[in-house]
Amino acid sequence: MHQKKECVAMLLAGGQGSRLYALTKKTAKPAVRFGGKYRIIDFPLSNCINSGIDTVGVLTQYQPLVLNEYIGNGLPWDLDRNVGGVKILPPYQGQNGADWYKGTANAIYQNMEFIDQYNAEYVLILSGDHIYHMDYSKMLKFHKERGADCTIAVLEVTLEEASRFGIMSTHEDGTIYKFTEKPKNPDSAKASMGIYIFNKKKLFDYLVADAADPASANDFGKNIIPNMLAAGEKMMAYPFEGYWKDVGTIQSLWEANMDLLGDVPTLNVSDESWRIYSRHHAEEPQFVGKTAVIDNSSITEGCEIHGTVKNCVLGSGVRVMYGAYVKDSVIMGNTVIGEGATVNYAILDEGVDIGAGAKVGAPRDSSTDITVIGTGVKIPSGTIIPDGKMISEL
Amino acid sequence: MSIAGLILSNLNRGKLPEMTRRRILSSVPFGCRYRLIDFPLSNMVNAGITNIGIATDFNYKSLLDHIGTGKDWDLARRSGGIRMLPPLISGYDPLTTHQSTFPTRLAAMMSTLDFVRHCSEDVIVLCDGNVICNMDLKKLVDEHLTKDADITFVAQKMNITEGMLDHDDVLVESDENGRLTSYARALPSDLGERNVMINVIVMKTTFMRNMLENAAAHGASSFDIDVLRPNLNRWKLHVSYFEGWCAQINSMETYFKRSMQLLESGVRADLFQQEGFPILTKVRNSAPTKYMPGSKVTGSLIADGCVIEGTVENSILFRGVHVGRGTVIRNSILLQDTYTGNNVTLQGVIADKNVTIRDGRTLAGYETMPFYIEKGAIV
Repeated sequence: MHQKKECVAMLLAGGQGSRLYALTKKTAKPAVRFGGKYRIIDFPLSNCINSGIDTVGVLTQYQPLVLNEYIGNGLPWDLDRNVGGVKILPPYQGQNGADWYKGTANAIYQNMEFIDQYNAEYVLILSGDHIYHMDYSKMLKFHKERGADCTIAVLEVTLEEASRFGIMSTHEDGTIYKFTEKPKNPDSAKASMGIYIFNKKKLFDYLVADAADPASANDFGKNIIPNMLAAGEKMMAYPFEGYWKDVGTIQSLWEANMDLLGDVPTLNVSDESWRIYSRHHAEEPQFVGKTAVIDNSSITEGCEIHGTVKNCVLGSGVRVMYGAYVKDSVIMGNTVIGEGATVNYAILDEGVDIGAGAKVGAPRDSSTDITVIGTGVKIPSGTIIPDGKMISEL
Repeated sequence: MSIAGLILSNLNRGKLPEMTRRRILSSVPFGCRYRLIDFPLSNMVNAGITNIGIATDFNYKSLLDHIGTGKDWDLARRSGGIRMLPPLISGYDPLTTHQSTFPTRLAAMMSTLDFVRHCSEDVIVLCDGNVICNMDLKKLVDEHLTKDADITFVAQKMNITEGMLDHDDVLVESDENGRLTSYARALPSDLGERNVMINVIVMKTTFMRNMLENAAAHGASSFDIDVLRPNLNRWKLHVSYFEGWCAQINSMETYFKRSMQLLESGVRADLFQQEGFPILTKVRNSAPTKYMPGSKVTGSLIADGCVIEGTVENSILFRGVHVGRGTVIRNSILLQDTYTGNNVTLQGVIADKNVTIRDGRTLAGYETMPFYIEKGAIV
């Protein structure tokens, strides 16, 4: 028998993230790079270990190769454990055939045995596309104290924003009485963050019933939560305060990166008491040449800067050559910005090569949209890539 | 042909005394994020060596901290991996009892005798813990075997200027086949083009074992005088010439000078950017470095985790350094977690770990005599 684990986290990492277009062509959304030396999944994984949760199942489906390689044995997050730790859970073949994960609830349903291995009392459901620092142990304490069957983390948004989220209407004590997905006329501004804690027994009952219902979309937001509410289970909203961002779109991914910059950044990744861990190899220190001009930017190891870099987040191994100019951009790693090239208001994925004198995007104040260059794309010298363009192959 | 590695981290004690009061020389920080031992260790790992002994005897706490399980060098193995060889001081085994305060090369080798006896690899590469270079050790072992040598020494042609060599540096000469013809300590008058030993040595395991056991049996105390000299003509001693960038740190002046050479792109290419030969080190989770609005950085090598609000020129910043507003850092080396307040001016300074320099202070040294601030000091 395994050592007992009070709470097991299940991280939904199988989504395609189709609104990130070129960035998720070859990788699942949780493996998209963020903030220079992280990937999105580093945030929930680091939150788990910082909250004392050492058993995490990562449910993968879409393009899992990069994610599998990245998570490996879980060592960077201290999740390489004799019992528990981080485990990758792809769909598998059972006695009654094989199925893809049909929805978020179905993915958990197919892995109920995994949760049972650890004899867990509580199940924490997380998604792999949010950037935030959160102490799940406080949420679990709240869940236990209120004697809830299900606790949903909520963030106070403005009423205008509320129509983009799943909205919880609650009584004064935080009990949820109504859940509306993307309401036109919201009566509450408590937005679901997609983070749930369930009592295991209760969750399993609903998952089994849901799986038996052929009309169900097998989704937490669409089926499980409404069904539990309808049945009168005790459901609580856990108020979260702090930085939280869904980085499911190009615009929000760019914004979240920019939140790292400035005199007092809204997103602080250098908090020693809440470290964000990531897998990276020792690269040489960054070199700033005599001709370099750097202003308000985040730059990491392996970079070599000879040109101008303003309001940028640069990943490891980025080379900005002489006379190159990069502004308001996110450059993800191992990219070369050739001599005299200009990059404005853009996201460049890994391994991009911008030829000498090429122009990518337009200055932010005159640009229609963010320009995106996909992984491994080589832009020939002198090429002009207009603003708002998405290029995954050339 | 399988290879094992030995790093003699217990030699060269007494060099760079300012920085080795509380750490062994091979764990002195160098080049923004490394410690000296990372270089010999990475060279060994890059040659596919997975059984590595590290001889230590004194002040090795920070070395143990740094190496840990060896995971960062992929050396946390069920079989082999890194073995720390602390001193074995036993009244029953005279071969391994060497209690001199400044061990000789022979004593250092002697302290590895147990490792050598149990070593199943055919060849052993020995490196001092303070040799900074990126060397293809596989090629070196191949050369050793092709020449059918008993011992291969590595040397580098250098143009020697006054004060460059230490009293225990060795100069060698060889004939056209690379066979060693002369082996002698450097004299102050040895100037100009010379071949300086860089303390990387190759031997077959059985040869090394016999050599050490014989040396012990005959009461030898010096590698040069008692072991090597009588056998200069009997043994096949080969010299291999290394042509890349190489530094041996032996004083504050060489530490400063050699560190500053990392600002030259050719040196960095030679040391860090060779395909398939990365320099590995302990990975920490520092956030990327932040260049705040109004900062000005040029010609500098910078580690992760720094916050820069002021001006940095021609300097080396280790992890977690803070440069305050209006502060100017020139020609300086600031080690891990140095904190400089606002309107500080530093020129030719080496600040050891965790130094705090309060607002408005001005400190200056010169490149041959850098101003050194001790670990943890508050100015």
